[in-house]
Amino acid sequence: MGLPMLRLENITKRFGPVVANRGVSLEVQRGEVLALLGENGAGKTTLVSLLYGLYAPDEGRILLEGQEVVISSPRVAQRLGIALVPQHPELIEAHSVAENLALGLELPPFFSRRALLQRLQALLQDHPLGVDLKAPVHRLSAGEKQRVELLRALLSRPKVLILDEPTSVLTPKEAEDLFREVRRLKERGLAIFFISHKLDEVLGLADRIVVLRAGEKVGEVRREEADKDLLVRLMVGRGVAPPPKAPPPREEVVLEVEDLLVPRHGFPLQGVSFALRAGEVLGIAGVAGSGQKELLEALAGLRPYRGRVRFLGSPLPQDPARLFALGVAHIPEERSTGVVGGMSVAENLALRTYPRYARGGLLDYGRMEREAEDLMRRHRIQAPSPRTPLRTLSGGNVQKVILARELKEGPRLVLAMHPTYGVDVGAAEEVHGRLLDLVREGGAVLLVSEDLDEILALSHRVAALHRGRLVGPIPREEASRERLGRMMTEGRA
Amino acid sequence: MEEALLRAVLFGTPILLASLGALLAERSGVVHLGVEGVMALSALAAFALALETSPLLGLLAGMGVGVLGGVALGVFAVTLRANQFVAGLSLAALGLGASGLLGKRYEGLPLANPLPEGGLALLALGLALLLHLLLYRTRFGLYLRSVGENPKAADLFGVNVEGVRYGALALGGGLIGLAGAYLSLAYRPSWTDGMTGGLGWVAIALVILAAWEPLRAVFGAYLFGLLFFLQFRLQGSVPIPSEAFATMPYLLVILVLALSGRTRAPKALGVPFERGR
Repeated sequence: MGLPMLRLENITKRFGPVVANRGVSLEVQRGEVLALLGENGAGKTTLVSLLYGLYAPDEGRILLEGQEVVISSPRVAQRLGIALVPQHPELIEAHSVAENLALGLELPPFFSRRALLQRLQALLQDHPLGVDLKAPVHRLSAGEKQRVELLRALLSRPKVLILDEPTSVLTPKEAEDLFREVRRLKERGLAIFFISHKLDEVLGLADRIVVLRAGEKVGEVRREEADKDLLVRLMVGRGVAPPPKAPPPREEVVLEVEDLLVPRHGFPLQGVSFALRAGEVLGIAGVAGSGQKELLEALAGLRPYRGRVRFLGSPLPQDPARLFALGVAHIPEERSTGVVGGMSVAENLALRTYPRYARGGLLDYGRMEREAEDLMRRHRIQAPSPRTPLRTLSGGNVQKVILARELKEGPRLVLAMHPTYGVDVGAAEEVHGRLLDLVREGGAVLLVSEDLDEILALSHRVAALHRGRLVGPIPREEASRERLGRMMTEGRA
Repeated sequence: MEEALLRAVLFGTPILLASLGALLAERSGVVHLGVEGVMALSALAAFALALETSPLLGLLAGMGVGVLGGVALGVFAVTLRANQFVAGLSLAALGLGASGLLGKRYEGLPLANPLPEGGLALLALGLALLLHLLLYRTRFGLYLRSVGENPKAADLFGVNVEGVRYGALALGGGLIGLAGAYLSLAYRPSWTDGMTGGLGWVAIALVILAAWEPLRAVFGAYLFGLLFFLQFRLQGSVPIPSEAFATMPYLLVILVLALSGRTRAPKALGVPFERGR
């Protein structure tokens, strides 16, 4: 081994009183995949941002091929040969694929569209893109967008490639394709940073694994020496038990959906039928944009639909407030739509039931905050006080606020979408625990998630949405990651 | 009929120029509500310098003031990340007030050798075409549109977001300045307080009406020009109070805006950019 391609020495980065990275040192060689593993909030993304010139480190230095470099902006990073594929595709949706790729090129001041297309076609010869260069990006699937991101990064002929949680928007098949490409790039001598919190991916792809926890490097292992147990213990600081199994469902049918149809551009949700019993978790997988969001929003009263939906034997009203009063809780796709960031924790917890706090035409804040303190304790919401503005909380804690508010009245049905997306292992464990508590008491959960492991761990039955149609459900015992993946992409059970 | 079309073009020209300027700023993601004020100041500067030296230098002075106006807006809206609407409205008020105050001694003076309206109208038409090419056929245009749609992505691609926004504001400011200079050097070769008469606001509305496309702005500007002409023409010949006629173009602006509510604005319009946020 010669000089490392990229070396970080004693990097520290603070945001006010919060230390995001403390004394982190690591290096990556040519032709090596270095995985950076850690929970959400462990400091992975901050470290990436430092490497790509989005922030400057407070202490420490960065060496590229032995030379100290100051990466003051993304432009400088690119000139130095560092390329980034960000966690969420950062593309210009209104522009064509070609125009997006053009931003990764050294462009002449004037160019014709035809010349640009020809140049891109030549450059992309050994990286088949699989989409029309002239298509606008907003028409692409999440996987295609990511492919555009990757190719855009490669166009600048980088020496170091950073992949930040690249599979969070991909189907298992798309992820496999990505990994194949990464291995090819490694053969060509690129130094690759692979950031992830998924153990299987890391074990499948990395040559070396660095584990971060609370901003510090807590371990570095070679692939041959690593196994899941070791990595989890390093990541979380303790072992994690798999979620306890829920008891079998009861006879009573909570939700009956027949021929649910949501009109929309593209492919609508077309004729979905299923039933959900008390004490049952039905997991629904699917490639992003297959109708999951429409299904949940229709049932939550947020989107008009056609078809017959019965809840505990009566027609389901289409009014979110009445639905909640009847016992239908909703955990929305985006955390930010489930809360009001500028309002306090207590106010957010009271959003569903605020008329109850009325006293002489005014809200009784004392009572609201006392009850909030109780909920915060029970749900282990970490916030300085009930008056803290919600937007200052971490993602995991915001999710716990939503869960606490939605579950506090003991709902009969929970419509949950990505309930643990982007929260750390500890918080995810608690969210799962709460949902299972409810199921044990006879609540039903409709669980939509992109995390197949989550679906398989919690559900009694699993199904997939494929272009607006439901595939399945099949019993959990007959399901596997592979079978679910096929259901999602091929539309067959 | 021919006269109507000619007057429509000549009256539409300042609207077109100002609208192209605002359009350029908005495609980069910065709302430019200062158009009316910057136009007024440019008109005054152009007239003052034309009186002292030559109309061509006056024209350049007007454009220069427009550029300065754009840069001033940039300091607040881009660098300091102030609310763009407030910054723009302040600029409009400041420009109108300052031009009224500074222009007192030029009020009513004649300009001996005005610039040809027709020539400038042709120039404006050519500029609209050039702007279209700039937006869609050049590197700067690609950067400019990218910054207006998704500054975060553009930044990650290595585009200098603030630099591009300043560039768009300066270039657009030059066009707004040209609009002002056209008014005081060619259209009505003189200076009177309030001579912009709300054209700057019409220009901002036209940007939306034209769906942020330079070539569409040409038609919209001439349409407004025609309306203003008809308003003058029909006054007196029809038994309707002239005040009602005078409000017609503005009512139409509101109507058109209400009806065109579904056009797609640049996605990052009005949103200040800060790296890492």
